[in-house]
Amino acid sequence: MFYREAGQFKSSYAEDQQIFPIRQDRIGITALLLVVFVAVPLLGDQYWLSAIFTPLLIFALAALGLNILTGYAGQLSLGTAAFMAVGAFMAYNFMLRLPWLGVIPSFILAGLCAAAVGVVFGLPSLRIKGFYLAVATLACQFFVLWAIQRWGWITNYSASGVITAQKMVILGFPFDTPALKYLLTLSIVTLLALLAKNLMRSETGRAFMAVRDMDVAAEVIGIRMMHTKLLAFAISSFYCGVAGAMYAFCYLGTVEPEAFTLDLSFRVLFMIIIGGTGSILGSFIGAAFITLLPIFLNVMFGGISHLLGVEIPHAVISNLELIIFGALIIFFLIVEPHGLARLWQIAKEKLRLWPFPH
Amino acid sequence: MSARAHPVGEVVLSVENVSLSFGGVKALQGITFDVREHEVRAIIGPNGAGKSSMLNVINGVYHPQQGTIKLRGREFHDMNSHEAAKMGIARTFQNIALFKGMSVLDNIMTGRNLKMRCNFLQQALWIGPARREEMAHRRAVEEVIDFMEIQHIRKTPVGKLAYGLQKRVELARALAAEPTLLLLDEPMAGMNLEEKQDMCRFVLDVNDHFGTTIVLIEHDMGVVMDISDRVVVLDYGKKIGDGTPDQIRTNQAVIDAYLGVAH
Repeated sequence: MFYREAGQFKSSYAEDQQIFPIRQDRIGITALLLVVFVAVPLLGDQYWLSAIFTPLLIFALAALGLNILTGYAGQLSLGTAAFMAVGAFMAYNFMLRLPWLGVIPSFILAGLCAAAVGVVFGLPSLRIKGFYLAVATLACQFFVLWAIQRWGWITNYSASGVITAQKMVILGFPFDTPALKYLLTLSIVTLLALLAKNLMRSETGRAFMAVRDMDVAAEVIGIRMMHTKLLAFAISSFYCGVAGAMYAFCYLGTVEPEAFTLDLSFRVLFMIIIGGTGSILGSFIGAAFITLLPIFLNVMFGGISHLLGVEIPHAVISNLELIIFGALIIFFLIVEPHGLARLWQIAKEKLRLWPFPH
Repeated sequence: MSARAHPVGEVVLSVENVSLSFGGVKALQGITFDVREHEVRAIIGPNGAGKSSMLNVINGVYHPQQGTIKLRGREFHDMNSHEAAKMGIARTFQNIALFKGMSVLDNIMTGRNLKMRCNFLQQALWIGPARREEMAHRRAVEEVIDFMEIQHIRKTPVGKLAYGLQKRVELARALAAEPTLLLLDEPMAGMNLEEKQDMCRFVLDVNDHFGTTIVLIEHDMGVVMDISDRVVVLDYGKKIGDGTPDQIRTNQAVIDAYLGVAH
């Protein structure tokens, strides 16, 4: 009813190619940004900010990185956690060895290191595709963790391999409370998401999708296969690297190499599958779904046991949560194999026509 | 035919003694022919004659074991696709090779990728040159969209379109590159009469408006004889005829290849 584009005429190509061409969407996104930038840090308590919203945003960024590579450029990868690890440990090293550099430049350089590693492990993509490529990127996963544990320089010769993230001070201002860390994370993620969106609606993004959809035709049109695939690996790994750095500095604080196992790669992969591949929004929805659903289930079971007045054993609850979590993932994938972002898009299309069927 | 805006000129592409084989299969054996500027050149032949292989050699998808390709004075032993695209060759495929997940507009925009100069950092920032470039190319693409009469579907994902429209979008994508040499691999295959007529009109209009040289593979003899200036006939990887449609129509070897010979 209220979601109509009637009367909103486009009179230039620039207007037609805006990120949010419909006015109601622009109002919606402005409201959302106000809520997450102002209301959440003011109203949210320490637990929600530091244990839920901050990691959610960091995962969303990692998912966005993987989505650029897998969703847009069509290159399947299981190396996400490795690229995050490179970002985390290199950011630590830049802060340690070049303290005059500052937090943000350290994050960027750490991202660039991850990008370099991504390019190296992206080389097999020039010859192999799909599942075979995924297996090749597994090598990255094992190699990076091995290197961190074996090469003492990376962890500053810490005996256990555990590093402690330095305090973040930007322009003399310390970012040490949960709310400030949340705001820093949110700013970086918002900025990088905007850059990714711009990139994906430009020539680079079209080249990625062309390679994904029909590589022979892409080549015949003049798209350079090697350049495009390696660029996808580089950009994707950069995003994962920055996410890894923030994972260490804004969320965990102390980091061990075991934080970046294959489990984490799979977790991020599930996020983009459930959220929607080839969609920036999907990365955020997927990260939110995977992060928030277990908490929601936990709260719900707490409520149920309180309501019934019976004490459900803790083990039963945690197992039930896992079962329902798994069942919901399967349910959503059956309802919409293209992910929740597609579901959202369909809902919007329906809403534009409502109450008419066509 | 009435006087043409772009009369047929010099030879722009010549294929000399090209042989291509896949293992024991000899797809092309010593093929030689040339294509003149602004002409419509047809390649015909029964199934498996090597027509598509010939196009794939011209734009660098296949690399011949023998022979040379001369394009505008430059001689190549084998082309690579990127180089071919840069030299102004665009093509369509026999089985539609569109980017299924993208909209019609984005598909056609990819056709202009070689003309875009901004790097990915400028594109990510989307200010100044990157934005201006995007808008300038959008304008050019809109002209192609108008030309191909597909305005109504510009925002539709190509996967949702009917077959005939997909073929048209594919031609539009090739045209967006502003090619000087356009290779069409069975542009009318699987179309009904009306769609075929439309497609013929588009092919002739492209030739007439932009002066694009066209090399086309087609099975519909009516179409071939009607729109092409010269025809080359392949059979089992060998050239068995070359000439104007009238010469081909009376060429005994061609008639034998198509109708069979009494033994």
